[in-house]
Amino acid sequence: MRETSAENMVQVGADAVFCGLEKQARGNDSRMSTGAAKKNLLETVIHGIFLILGLITVACVLLITVYLVLSGLPAIGKIGLTKFLFGKTWASTAAQPAFGILPFILTSVYGTAGAIAVGVPIGFLTAIYLAKMAPAGIKAVVGGAVSLLAGIPSVVYGLVGMLVLVPGIRKLFHMPDGASLLAAIVVLAVMILPSIIKVSVTALEAVPKEYEDASLALGATPVETWFRVSVPAAKSGIAASVVLGVGRAIGEAMAVMMVSGNVANMPSLFESVCFLTTAVAKEMSYSSGLQRQALFSIALVLFLFIMLINAVLNFFLKRDKEG
Amino acid sequence: MKNVSARRRTYGLAMKSLMLLAAGVTCALVVFMVVYVLYKGVPNITWQLLSTSPSYLSDTIGILPDILNTLYIVIYTLFLVLPLGVGAAIYLTEYAANRKLVGIIEYAAETLSGIPSIIYGLVGMLFFCEFLGMQTSLQAGAFTLVIMNLPTIMRTTQESLKTVPQSYREGAFGLGAGKWRVIRTVVLPNSVDGILTGCILAVGRILGESAALLFTAGFAHAVNNYFVGLHRPGATLTVALYVYAKEQGEFEVAFAIAAILMALALIINLAAGLVGWYFKRRKEL
Amino acid sequence: MKKFLSLALALTCAVSLLAGCQKSGGDQPSGGSSAASNPPAASNTEVTGAVATDGSTSMEKVIGALGESFMGANKGITVTYNPTGSGSGIQAVSEGRCDIGLSSRALKDEEKASGLKETVVALDGIAIIVSPENPVSDLDVETIAKIYTGEITNWKDLGGSDAEIVLIGREAGSGTRDGFESITGTKDACKYRQELTSTGDVITTVSQNPDAIGYASLAAVSDKVKTLTVGGVTPTEDTVKDGSYVIQRPFVLVTKDGAQLSDAAQLFFDYATSADAADIISKAGAVPVA
Repeated sequence: MRETSAENMVQVGADAVFCGLEKQARGNDSRMSTGAAKKNLLETVIHGIFLILGLITVACVLLITVYLVLSGLPAIGKIGLTKFLFGKTWASTAAQPAFGILPFILTSVYGTAGAIAVGVPIGFLTAIYLAKMAPAGIKAVVGGAVSLLAGIPSVVYGLVGMLVLVPGIRKLFHMPDGASLLAAIVVLAVMILPSIIKVSVTALEAVPKEYEDASLALGATPVETWFRVSVPAAKSGIAASVVLGVGRAIGEAMAVMMVSGNVANMPSLFESVCFLTTAVAKEMSYSSGLQRQALFSIALVLFLFIMLINAVLNFFLKRDKEG
Repeated sequence: MKNVSARRRTYGLAMKSLMLLAAGVTCALVVFMVVYVLYKGVPNITWQLLSTSPSYLSDTIGILPDILNTLYIVIYTLFLVLPLGVGAAIYLTEYAANRKLVGIIEYAAETLSGIPSIIYGLVGMLFFCEFLGMQTSLQAGAFTLVIMNLPTIMRTTQESLKTVPQSYREGAFGLGAGKWRVIRTVVLPNSVDGILTGCILAVGRILGESAALLFTAGFAHAVNNYFVGLHRPGATLTVALYVYAKEQGEFEVAFAIAAILMALALIINLAAGLVGWYFKRRKEL
Repeated sequence: MKKFLSLALALTCAVSLLAGCQKSGGDQPSGGSSAASNPPAASNTEVTGAVATDGSTSMEKVIGALGESFMGANKGITVTYNPTGSGSGIQAVSEGRCDIGLSSRALKDEEKASGLKETVVALDGIAIIVSPENPVSDLDVETIAKIYTGEITNWKDLGGSDAEIVLIGREAGSGTRDGFESITGTKDACKYRQELTSTGDVITTVSQNPDAIGYASLAAVSDKVKTLTVGGVTPTEDTVKDGSYVIQRPFVLVTKDGAQLSDAAQLFFDYATSADAADIISKAGAVPVA
């Protein structure tokens, strides 16, 4: 019914447009101009309001960038860029403070790499299963379960990690203490699974059916079709899901803070480690002076890292799309 | 499939079993998380827990202030982010003529959605708490959350605005309506479903947010009314969970809060699905 | 759009109403009728406002109990507490972000020079804790120092099982860590396995690991962990008071020198340092000095 009234509207509208054009052809009626002018003013004002609303996102990004740069640069200047980025010791409150953040950078890199190494295969295979192999009922149930996993707050993951994973690692590997890089990697992998699965499923389902039919007609088995035809066709979507996962893993603070020990060591799988994010969270509240500025610098480094990763991966994605 | 060699058959079998294994692992993880949290948490959800504040003198814990703080922050954030997000989306789809400007705004929104929440917390603390003088308060936390959820609302609203058929707009223009009137009376009512879904997604994100609120909204557990509470520090459910688990070792309370949050996540998922289904049915009529 | 707006407005009004109703019932402590046995002598119902306290996590029980009994007698005042650590509390009060800073160590000279004033409100022992499964029950201060600097690394050297000692400590801004490290002489030399951000966290972590050792505020210790005797002395209120338990530090209220506290904050400050508060402080596990 809605459609028919719309059609009616279009018909009426078309008639009105023709009437109006005729009137214009005959010359403007002076009585209409004041009403029209008022309406124009209102329209312009509203246009302006929406323009401002639209520019707010840009303003926010500029605000964040400016603040991070302004608060982060002073410490880098005082400490020295190479000593800051490549120094191996972080002792912010010692009598002779040292502000090298290489342990944090490496821990974040290894932790994210580990999470991707564990999470992407599982997520990728699950996505193919959901998109291609699963019967509709199972697909709905598992899809719902994945959405639920995505909606669980990170502190809950941290809580479960703290009470199940950390003692588990301690008992399994006969370590003195389970809070380690390994625990953080497992937690991060579980947290990025839903993003990878959801985006990959969307990408795989968008592959045109003709590709797959053609492949099957040529004699390939369904499994071969999935892996040799659908997956390459959905390559950019799957890559996008990995980018999403990387972004989430590198930016996670709360869950990781609860399971990784938070001591500024160089990363090693079973050692207590500290990420870029947890370094900031841990010391922020009681820091002062140079230590506090150094924490802002860490945040700046993290921000730049993420921008860099996004830019690089998007560059490769765009290249693939055109290629 | 008669002439499939043994090697290809084994490949097919191997990959299929890997896929099933992966899906099985994923499901097992979900089931484990849900069952474990509910099992450990639900027995601890008592009426006393839900309706009282923590008391040192009688050594009891109650999460009423946290529940109220969460509610206040959700309401205030939605109140602010809806006009901003919907307005920005309207600008992008209805008004913007300059392709470059649209590209810049969309790139900015994408950037915002990739920034980690701890950086939002830091900048929020610097800008809202210190520079604008809001101190540690729910208000500062809400403003920080507004910036975080802006991209979500913008994206869902944009997509649902795009699904409104161009013929609706043209019909209204043809009748002589101005642009704003067209948007107000024709376009927006038809995209309510997308806006609603965006709201629900944003509520889900706000409920789960903790890092951004640590430095901006604080940890206090006081019961205030809405208008007073916005200017005071307050812990939301997630922050309270973190404090009870990590700093006080009160795991029963922590699990009870986790169970509540898990139930809320479930309800939000169902709500989003229902809204989508309801509006799809209405459109098909 | 109109319907949506009016619905949203109606919802907001409804919630505000509900929340407004809550306020009258929300300030009462839940069941604490028996505990408020010492209401402040000069209970004042004309002064209203908020007192923001910020700082030491070890002082949580003490401040919480004091705040609650104070609020019970002064209906118009709300006392809030932010558990961020001693260093952070001192920072917050000097920047004006809170009314009273809480520190579980004495102020350093440079902090006093920057215009901060300390008022000792209680003494607190720092308990050395291990898991209840650990057979070791007494250590002296030098041995503790050796353990934390990494000279002794295995429990078997101390009469325990053959296992590596897991060192648990606090973050760098902690008053508890400062007190522990200055008394044991291990400043900047401790080799921690984990640096946690609160007393409660240390207690939890030590209780879960049979090879861990940690230090925590005596006021916060529960039977989840075993408290060691130091040099034969058991930490109790008396041994802390007379100094025979050496690992101890003061609980300090930090205020800005020369600046006037708000009426509400001043009332709370006077209450906390008065003799009426002594009972509440000891019930919370610390040693009152008033």
